[in-house]
Amino acid sequence: MTAGEGGVRATARIGARPDGRGGTALPTLEGEGPLALRRTRASGSEARVMLVGAMSGPLGGDHFTVEAEAAQGARLHFGSAAATIALPGQAKGEARYDVRLTVAEGAELHWMPEQLISAKGSELCVTTRVDLAAGARLVLREEQVLGRANEEPGRLTSRLTVRLDGRPLLDQELSCGPGAPGGWDGPAVLAGHRTLGQLVVVRPEFAQRPVEARLLGEYAALTPLAGPGVLVTALAPDALHLRRTLDEALSTLG
Amino acid sequence: MSRAALLVLADGRFPAGGHAHSGGAEAAVKAGRVSGAGSLEEFCRGRLHTAGLVAASLAAGAVLGLDPVELDGAADARTPSPALRTAARRLGRQLMRAARATWPSAELDALAREFPKGAHQPVVLGLAARAAGLGAEDAAYCAVYESVSGPASATVRLLSLDPFDATGVLARLAPDLDRVAHQAVEAARCALVNGVDALPAASAPLLEISAEVHAAWPVRLFAS
Repeated sequence: MTAGEGGVRATARIGARPDGRGGTALPTLEGEGPLALRRTRASGSEARVMLVGAMSGPLGGDHFTVEAEAAQGARLHFGSAAATIALPGQAKGEARYDVRLTVAEGAELHWMPEQLISAKGSELCVTTRVDLAAGARLVLREEQVLGRANEEPGRLTSRLTVRLDGRPLLDQELSCGPGAPGGWDGPAVLAGHRTLGQLVVVRPEFAQRPVEARLLGEYAALTPLAGPGVLVTALAPDALHLRRTLDEALSTLG
Repeated sequence: MSRAALLVLADGRFPAGGHAHSGGAEAAVKAGRVSGAGSLEEFCRGRLHTAGLVAASLAAGAVLGLDPVELDGAADARTPSPALRTAARRLGRQLMRAARATWPSAELDALAREFPKGAHQPVVLGLAARAAGLGAEDAAYCAVYESVSGPASATVRLLSLDPFDATGVLARLAPDLDRVAHQAVEAARCALVNGVDALPAASAPLLEISAEVHAAWPVRLFAS
């Protein structure tokens, strides 16, 4: 970790591979500064890791990177202990949070962090990039809360890119808050909602048995992508409703 | 070729089937989110900076010679709603027919062979502009204008909105249209160097969700 006038730079890395005894080993488990990692109790063949926030942030000027790689046959469940709160910092400029996930053939990765809260005055750019080999499995959840209770949101740009076998499967960017391109809070984009989320599930078997599109209420839909994956997009009045919608959608996929 | 070809391509009467689509306005009107000129303007502004920017950058990219098959894949990844993917391909097929008849081109023929059910409309739009001798900026302008003119004219029919009010909305959006068209061309030029992944991916969650709501209706005035 380095902390200079430009903010804190920190990287966390996880590498998962089969341990040869039916479980998953973590030969790489490196946290840094505000990105501390804890291995928690395994569940069957799956290794579980928790990202534990050891400092607040990201603040303006900070640059956090989280990298996880699941080698062939590994199963990794990666979550966070608490919500991430983007806050304004003393350093000028936006904060960056980059997540890089790589999943090999026959491996499975679950990236299930808690909410990202965009506090008033903060400026954060999040990029989540997932590279899946053919035959890889993924469950990914992202939730954004625009502003704490009764607070204006900060400026948030969040891009989610999932590539499968070298080709794009999903590429979506949301930009909101003060200074975002016009109409972000209007009737085509968020219509005043302050909580939104995405759930991405990629499974090779969806290629043979595609999931049908379905509505999950007026403000959420489960949609099959142009490939063996589905996306749930949900807007909600609060984080609790949002989580419930995404959890229910995941459970219907079996 | 003449720049007047842009007027032919951008003309609402160009027989490319766009009039059958509301660009999400029908679902937004039914849900009460668009109820007059003010909310129509905010709707159009949001659509312009998301779907409009993406469409314009795809179209500009096709004019600049980016691989249309790769652009079509990028369009799929940026369109999670299957109802919207279907609409985009249907519009692409209709535009393809009109464009091939108007500006015959080997590139359009090749794209039509590659995608018999239709390629994404912005990709076809870019190749049609190229076949007409137009530039990347022309194609981007065409795409950004379509992204707002469709919902505006649909709303005139859906709400019996005064056509003068709808035209006023479009005129007020003109500075944003300029900005987004330039942004799209810049992004397409950047993608020439950094690959198609570098194209914008601005998304509008409600457009995607509402497209699925709309597709589930038994009766509707517009196809999307």
